[in-house]
Order: sequence, then C-alpha cells, then structure tokens
Amino acid sequence: MSTEPQIPRAARTFISFVALLRANGFAVAPEQTTAFLAAIALLGPRDLDDIRQCALATLAPPPERRATFDRLFDLHFRGSEAIVRDDESEDEETVRLQEEGRGDEEPLLSDDANESGLAATRTEALVERRFAQLSTIDALRRLAREAQRRLPRRRGHRRMRARRGPFADLRRTLRDSVRSDGEILRLGHMKRRQRPRKMLLLIDVSGSMKSRTEDNMKLAHALVQATGNVEVFTFGTRLTRITRALRLKRREQALSAAAHLVSDWDGGTRIGDALQAFLAVPRFGGYARGAAVIVVSDGLERGEPDALRDAVATLSRRAWRLSWLTPLATSPGFRPQTEALVAIERFVDDLVDGGSSASIVAHMLALGRRRAA
Amino acid sequence: MAVRSNIVGIDSPEALEKALRAAYYLADEGLATAAYLGLALGKPLLLEGAPGVGKTEAAKAIAAVLGRRLIRLQCYEGIDASAALYEWNYPRQMLAIRQAGDESIDIYGETFLIERPMLAALRAPDSTVLLIDEIDRADQEFEAFLLEFLSDFQISIPERGTVRAAERPVVVLTSNRTRDLHEALRRRCVYHWIDYPTAEREARIIMMRASSVAEATARAVVAAVEKLRREPLSKAPGIAEAVDWAEAATLLNRGGARWPDAFKRSIGVALKDEEDLHFISPRLDAILAEATA
Repeated sequence: MSTEPQIPRAARTFISFVALLRANGFAVAPEQTTAFLAAIALLGPRDLDDIRQCALATLAPPPERRATFDRLFDLHFRGSEAIVRDDESEDEETVRLQEEGRGDEEPLLSDDANESGLAATRTEALVERRFAQLSTIDALRRLAREAQRRLPRRRGHRRMRARRGPFADLRRTLRDSVRSDGEILRLGHMKRRQRPRKMLLLIDVSGSMKSRTEDNMKLAHALVQATGNVEVFTFGTRLTRITRALRLKRREQALSAAAHLVSDWDGGTRIGDALQAFLAVPRFGGYARGAAVIVVSDGLERGEPDALRDAVATLSRRAWRLSWLTPLATSPGFRPQTEALVAIERFVDDLVDGGSSASIVAHMLALGRRRAA
Repeated sequence: MAVRSNIVGIDSPEALEKALRAAYYLADEGLATAAYLGLALGKPLLLEGAPGVGKTEAAKAIAAVLGRRLIRLQCYEGIDASAALYEWNYPRQMLAIRQAGDESIDIYGETFLIERPMLAALRAPDSTVLLIDEIDRADQEFEAFLLEFLSDFQISIPERGTVRAAERPVVVLTSNRTRDLHEALRRRCVYHWIDYPTAEREARIIMMRASSVAEATARAVVAAVEKLRREPLSKAPGIAEAVDWAEAATLLNRGGARWPDAFKRSIGVALKDEEDLHFISPRLDAILAEATA
C-alpha cells in the first residue's frame, strides 16, 4: 500500500529532509517524522528558525552530532554550498589532548624517550611474546567461558525470592496467608539480586605498548562481547571511546572499526592528560563511578607526573577498585621504578602484571572474588 | 496527531516563554519551542544537559504555568516498579484479613493501595505534571519499563486491572547524560538539550532569582563563572551556584568586604569540591580581577 499520493506537496521537503538525515546516519523513527510534521503544522512555518526548532525538538539529534545536523539542515533548507562531511562524527567520542597551551606539537615520542621506553620493555617483551602468543586464544576463550560467573558483581537494589534471605517477602506471605484465613504459616524471604558490576577498560596504545596493543584490543573485544556492562577507551596522545565499535560481534570487523576511530596508535603518551580529559567529560567520568576500573599501561609518562597523580587519585575515589596492569610487573616482587608509577602507586588497588593476555584475563576473573562493596 | 488543549491560553512558543518568565524561569527559544510542542502534541518532554543548567527548574516552572501539582520521581540505580508505580500496604492487608474473621473483604481495594508517582500522575492527569528526574541514573530495565508507560499511558495492576489515563499526562524527563539513553526512549519524547545560558541571559536569571543583587555584581559573577566552566573541574558551577555566589558576595560586601575579596571569600558557594578549589586557587585572583574589571 503506497501512501505516496496522499503526501501534500508542501510536506515533501520536510520528508526529504528526514531522508537526508537517515542517509547520514541519524536514526529517525517514522513516529518522529509524524511529530515533526505535526509540529510544523502547529507552529505554522513562520521562518526557518521555527522549522529548525521543530526539527531539533522532534527529531532529537544527539548533542554531539548537532553540528552535522545543522549543516545538513542548512544544506537542505538554505541550499548552502557547505560541503557536508559526516565522518566528523568520530569527534564525538574523541577528545583531543592538544589544546591551545600545548600547541608545540612535539614529535609524538622523541628518540630518547623511545629508547628508555622500549628498552625497559624490550627484554621482557621478547620473553613474554612466545608465551603470550601461545596463550592469547586460550585466554580469550577462558574469558568468554568464565565471564558470566567470575567477573565482579555488585548487589542490586531489586529483590528476588529466595529460600533464605534478609528480607521478608510480604507480598507472597500475604497471598499464602489468604489460603489459611490470614494465618501466617510460612514467611517468604527475599534477597538482593547480584548484578554484573560496571567495568571500565582504559588501554594505552602508545608506542611503548606497541607489542601488546593488538592483543589488548582483542581482549577488549572479548570482554565487551562477554558482558554488556563495559566501556573501553584507548589513550596515547588522544582519548578515544571505542566501546561502540567493539560491540560488533565479529572480531575482525570490530577491530577494524575501532582502528578507524583511534588515530594515535603507537605514538607518544600523556597518560595524565588523557585521564584528566576522561574525567573532564561528565558522561565519560560517570562511567568510572562504582566501576571496576582497569588501566592497561606501562605508566611511561611523557607529561606532568602531577597531572597523572591527580587524575589517578580522582579515578581511584570514583572507582570500586582501580587496577593498573603494566607489562613491567612481570615478577611478583615488582616495585615501580618510573616516577609516574611511584607517584600513583598509593592510589591503585592492584599494580600487577599486564604483559600477557593470560595474566590480564586472570586478573579480571579474579576481581569477582573480591568482596562486593 | 491530535493537538491537545491542555495549554489553554498559550498558543505559541512565545506565549509559553512569556508565561514561564512570569513563573521566574527564563527559557530560550529552543526550550520554549520544545516545551510548547511537548504540551501541544501530548508527548513527554526530555531535557538533557549538564548538571545545574536548570532542567528540574524547567519542569517546576512548567507545572507552575499550568497551575498543576508537580509529582517528582527521583530515579536511582535499581529503582523498580514498586517505587515508581504502586505498592500494597501489606501490614494493613494482613490486619484486615485477621479482623474480618468470616466476613469476606476485598484486600485489593483502594484503601490498601499505596500510590507512587507514576500511578498518581495517571489517575490525575489534568492536575499534575510528572517529573521523572535523572532517568540516566536508573538502569536499563527501568528505562524499558518506562517505554511502555510513555507510549500507552497505562499501568496494569494484576489484582485490579489496567489503569488508563483519560488524558495524556504532562511528563517531563531529565537526564544528566551520564549514560546514553535508549533511542526508543528518545524518540517517544520531544527533545531539548539545555546548554549553559548566554552571559546576558544568566545575568538576568541571577537578578530575577536574587533581587538584592546589583546588576554589576551579577555580570561579574557571570563572567567569573563562565571562566570557571571552561576549566577542567570535577563539578563546574551551575546556574544555582552562580545565583548563590552573587547573593553570598553581596551579603559579604554589605558586611564590609571589598569587591574582589567578597567574591573570593564566598567562592565556596560556587565551587564545592576541595580539589577544584585547590586546582583553581593559583589563578583565582586573576580570574576575579578580570571579571570585576
């Protein structure tokens, strides 16, 4: 059944605007189109700004894509010559660390830093690699298998029926008691449901972590697939949210989508600035609240150790548990050497080995055994 | 789509803006349009924005304009139907059963039903405004449950049947955007993103809210607050903080403190985080000097 003939001529331009939005990746439901038309009918299109307000209110573009939305609007209704580029949507999830004050874009990682950074990890990396290569697939399998049971959980507010529990199930007790004329023969119990705890994974993708980056990304993908309650960010010279990309089921697809988002692979590191940027965006900073926060980074900081220390302190207060997984901590008796790691040591709950997928997975799965806060 | 008549006497966004101003709320054009459309089309209004930009205040002002009671449902992680819809008064039911003896009683009668905000709004749609505050704090199951309510405006109580609103209630949802809301929820609503107001508007808000504050003071506060909001603070001062700051500084000034100093001493009203204060203190003098210049 076609409704085409019934669409009045005047409405066509609005409907084609919706089509343009859809073509540019905005999700607009049919009922929103209806509401858009109703809104215009209601206000009577007095000028373009009214139409823009109607479009904003009813088509509800996400705030971070507002600029694209406005450009499309102008293009459609004003015939503006502006070239519409939609790929800027990457900006929504990327926080650039280069700000005005830091315009002096130093080479991402200068040679001497490269030396000290890589030299420290090179020997370990060689030793680790064979082991890690062998066990990555096994580690991912283990994660998928045991995630449900062993990732950290928290007590929810909702109650469920239980044979034993701290709360009386008055509803059930009442229903039972009706059968015995109001006599309570058995008291029903309830307990609070266990729910998966939020997890936040912050992955260092700078040059000094290069040997681990691919495996870490695979691991992040496996974790997102195993439990829905994860947020994943990468950082180096920028901070990028890649959770949405990793939700794609097929690993190759997800990783290439993530690779497309991240633009600072194998560059320098400003961990402190990256974490500050993370905390400064309220929506991102909120992800850390009550979450099991896992930072996978060698802690080789190029920026100010002060910024790093403050950010980690804040993160630690927000998080349920803050784990720092570094490839440097291969032995149990590991003591941090770098200035940055020493500065943050007292704020992190765990400072453990992040040099192989097996050890990272083992740590994640062990988190669930910690006391639920 | 039917156009509702629940906004008698207000026939345009401009009229609504004026009415809101009379209720001491300065809405910009976008908010007035969205709120007007929400009311006229009978759709819930979803307001998003940073904490402290006046989302909840907007709902209160809308209720005042309509002359209705505001019912507020504060969301939290783990909120469930019994906190949002209704609950049975179990102790009273049990007592009634025991007292009834051989007589038959209806333990699911009206007297045993405890009304929670959503049910209250459904049963009195023309005298209430339902504010579902900080929906982003509730978990996703609750959001899904809300979808049903917002599309059909009905609630089913197994023991009593379905309660359906005779008229679509006015519903305002707010979100601080600590997490992404589901697309399905967004598209059922009329949407508006509230930004921090322009300097001009914020100064007017301050003077409207705190009548004792002089215009110069209001402008200085706005200039300082704008600078503070650009800093990476854990809690940037919202509009309410700006109003409080202007009032507190005025108070100190009357007590004898000189200008930049009065601002500085009352900074605790605007910034309420020890670390933020610590972070900003080296530059605070410069910021205030520039703002009061």
